[in-house]
Amino acid sequence: MNIGQIKDGIVLDHITAGRSMEIYRVLKLDKLDCTVAMIQNAESTKMGRKDIIKISTLMDLNFDVLGYLDAGITVNIIRDGKVAQRQRLALPERVVGVIKCKNPRCITSVEQELVHEFKLTDPAKKVYRCIYCEQAASSSSL
Amino acid sequence: MQNLMNVTDLSKAEITELIATAEDIIANPDKYADCCRRKKLATLFFEPSTRTRLSFEAAMLELGGSVLGFSEAASSSAAKGESVADTVRVVGCYADIIAMRHPKEGAPVVAARTAGVPVINAGDGGHNHPTQTLADLLTIWRERHTFENLTIGLCGDLKFGRTVHSLVQAMARYHGVKFVFISPEELRMPRYILTDTLEPAGIPYEEVRSMEEAMPKLDVLYMTRVQKERFFNEADYIRLKDTYILTPDKLETAKSDLVIMHPLPRVNEISVAVDQDPRAHYFDQVKNGKYMRMALILKMLEVRV
Repeated sequence: MNIGQIKDGIVLDHITAGRSMEIYRVLKLDKLDCTVAMIQNAESTKMGRKDIIKISTLMDLNFDVLGYLDAGITVNIIRDGKVAQRQRLALPERVVGVIKCKNPRCITSVEQELVHEFKLTDPAKKVYRCIYCEQAASSSSL
Repeated sequence: MQNLMNVTDLSKAEITELIATAEDIIANPDKYADCCRRKKLATLFFEPSTRTRLSFEAAMLELGGSVLGFSEAASSSAAKGESVADTVRVVGCYADIIAMRHPKEGAPVVAARTAGVPVINAGDGGHNHPTQTLADLLTIWRERHTFENLTIGLCGDLKFGRTVHSLVQAMARYHGVKFVFISPEELRMPRYILTDTLEPAGIPYEEVRSMEEAMPKLDVLYMTRVQKERFFNEADYIRLKDTYILTPDKLETAKSDLVIMHPLPRVNEISVAVDQDPRAHYFDQVKNGKYMRMALILKMLEVRV
């Protein structure tokens, strides 16, 4: 991919193939008024297939959310057409205000003001548990 | 400041220290009679409970302290829609320590974040009940004088029974412990206890349906009640409530030094005829619970005697 096409912006590279739509949705990229390009199933020597998202503006990204969604992502910050910063993500220790606890017995189910917060309890299996009721987050928690 | 949300918040050394304090209280009650004078315990019970609330209150009174609080959500400002965080923040201005029970899981975590004084989880839904576990541990200790190399059977509602979750997590830290989980299919031990606590530590466990089959190998038999309040569907409760009933004839194959326990209240899962058996220790658990709560209050208020 030619990142030179972006003057100032962000390229999310090495997204697991097929996950870019979810990342687009969770990061609310549809609300931006700049160009956002999503490339699916691009060839990758390292991954076989990968997705890429190119955002033609600099914006604050929640790396914890991105790391939770797909810890293999590389975030490239582009300034004046060049990669100014490259960051590989890792599984965050805590994810705050992104995943919803689905346990109907959890205190978060009745106290609407509480911020839903999850902590990483098993990095090998990528298990996150609600800090209140300890229920594991599921794929429907986002 | 320290809070107690889960029994695993306490290290093995701290549990040993609490047991030593509790045994000293049992041996020398007068020494402790006035050591919490001018200290106040708030018992915030958003869900009805008799024994746990009275046990906390008796514990504080025996230490010379005072108690305040409420025994059901209807008589608190929760009935007006106040959040747990706000209720507890207010109570933290009046009391030196809070014991809280709430039907929702994790509510004491919310309380601990806002109270400004130590918070003890006195039971949060089907989740944790650490002070019951402290009572259970003292009972096992006083009968067996060790926590190691014991085979512990837990019987009944292992899914919603918070006392069994806490007891498994506490006992799993001791060498040579084995577990036998006796329950109907619908009330099995939650997967996360097995996968997060037992399997990584290589602790042996088996899941069985028959109490009689498990009985001969057990050193401890922990019976539980199928709790009506944990079911959304009453038909499921009625179908499962009488699955396991302990009677004297079922104890014929049990070890002579088996420790029979139950967090109480029982409904009919232990026949009253078993009460006469010297192996029955469920009423000792009640006494032990008060002593362990006394020890815990002293520790959390950092009172030196």
